[in-house]
Amino acid sequence: MKLICWGTRGSIPVSLTAPDVRAKIVRALQGAVAVDLADPTAIDAYVAGLGFDVAGTFGGHSSCLQIETGSAEHIVLDLGTGVRALGQQMLTRFGPQAPQTYHVFLSHLHWDHIMGLPFFTPVYIPGNRIVVHTCHPHAEFALRRQQDEPSFPVRFEQFSAQFEFHVATPGAPFEVDGTRVVAHAQRHSGDSYGWRFERAGKCLVYSTDSEHRLEDEDERAGFIAFFDQADVVVFDAMYSLADAISVKADWGHSSNIVGVELCQAARVKRLVMFHHEPAYSDSQIAQILDETRRFEQITRDGHELEVLSAYDGLELSL
Amino acid sequence: MEVSTGNVGATRVLRVRGRLDHSQAKDFEAALAPHLLPCTPTGSPLVLDFSGVVYVSSVGLRVLLLAAKQVKTQQGRIAIAALTPIVTEVFQVSHFNMVLSVFPDVAAAAAELGP
Repeated sequence: MKLICWGTRGSIPVSLTAPDVRAKIVRALQGAVAVDLADPTAIDAYVAGLGFDVAGTFGGHSSCLQIETGSAEHIVLDLGTGVRALGQQMLTRFGPQAPQTYHVFLSHLHWDHIMGLPFFTPVYIPGNRIVVHTCHPHAEFALRRQQDEPSFPVRFEQFSAQFEFHVATPGAPFEVDGTRVVAHAQRHSGDSYGWRFERAGKCLVYSTDSEHRLEDEDERAGFIAFFDQADVVVFDAMYSLADAISVKADWGHSSNIVGVELCQAARVKRLVMFHHEPAYSDSQIAQILDETRRFEQITRDGHELEVLSAYDGLELSL
Repeated sequence: MEVSTGNVGATRVLRVRGRLDHSQAKDFEAALAPHLLPCTPTGSPLVLDFSGVVYVSSVGLRVLLLAAKQVKTQQGRIAIAALTPIVTEVFQVSHFNMVLSVFPDVAAAAAELGP
C-alpha cells in the first residue's frame, strides 16, 4: 500500500507568490556564502541540505490523496484541486484507450473537497468508471450542481465516464477491490466522515475536516478505536490547539496536539499532518512540524510515533 | 493530581501537583471551580502555581482555557506561574502561551495581578 499526496492544503487552494519565491532564493543565497559556487557537486550538496521550506514547498492544492494498492483499480480520497494533476498522470500512464476504474472516497461535500472534479480528465474519457463512495446521501446532487450553469460550462451529463454512487453507512465495513473499508462519523459542519483502509496487513486512515471535543470521552474512545494500530493516519491539523478550542471552536477542524495524542493512544506508526491552514507559509508549516515532533518526543510513553507534514507530491510506502 | 491553597498578599495561590491528563482533568476542573468564583474586580486575583505540574494534556489545557474565560467574564484576574520546562514546551507548541497569562514564578504573577 502506498499513499500519494496530490493536494494537502485546507479550505481553499493557494499558490506561492513572486515575493514568496524571492524570499526563498534570498534565504538560500544567504546560507551559501561559504559554498564554492563554481563546483556543481558542492552546489548539489548545499541544496540537498536546505530545509524543505526553502528548497521546496508544501504546495497549495486542496484535498486529494491516492492510495496505490497494487490492484488495477484506483483509490482516490476527495476531489480537491489536486485531482487535476492525478488525472493528468493517469492519462500519461494509461492513455485514453485503456478504461480505468476509480473508487473515489469523499470525506464530505464542501467546495474544497469536490472542486477538482470538473478538471479530472478521466471523467471525459468513455469507458472509465468512477465509483463515488460517500456517507452523504446528497453527494450526487452536490457533484451535479457544481457542473451546472452558470458555475461551469460542462454539465455532469456530458461526462463520458460511467458514474456510480455508493452511500455507505458509518461503522459498517465493506470491501472494494480487495481492500476492507470502513467509515467513521466526524464533527464538522454538514458532517464529515473518516475512512479506514486495510489491505494485506497494512492500514491507512484518512481523517480530515474533523473537530474533536476534548471533553467527550466517548468520542475520543471512538477515534482511538478507528485509528487503532494504523500504519498511517492522515489527520486534520489545521490549527493550533489554542485556536481550535477558542477563537476557531466550531469551525470543524483540529490541531497537531490532538493528532499526536490520539495517535499515541491508538499506537499509530505514522501521523501525517494534513489540511494545512491556507494562511500559513512554508516556513510556518515547517516550524509546526518541528514543534510537533518535539511534542511527540516529550510526551512519548514507550511508543514512538513518526510525525510528518503532508505536501503535494509526498509519496509514502506503508 | 493534588491541589493546595495559600496566599501571597491579597492574591490567592493555588498550587497544583501531578499530571493534568485525560484521567485527571475532570478532578482538576472540579478542584479549580470554587476558586474561580471570587475572581472578581473586588475579590482576590488567582495565581495557579504550576511548579509541581509535570505534564498537561489537551484536555488539561482546555480546563485552563475555560477557567480564564470564566474569570474574564467576571472581570477578574487569573494567571499561571512557574511552568516546568516540559509544560513550558507544551504551552508553546499548543500556543497557550499566547492566550493565557504566564509568569516565570508566583511572586512575579502576584506582583502583576495584585492591587
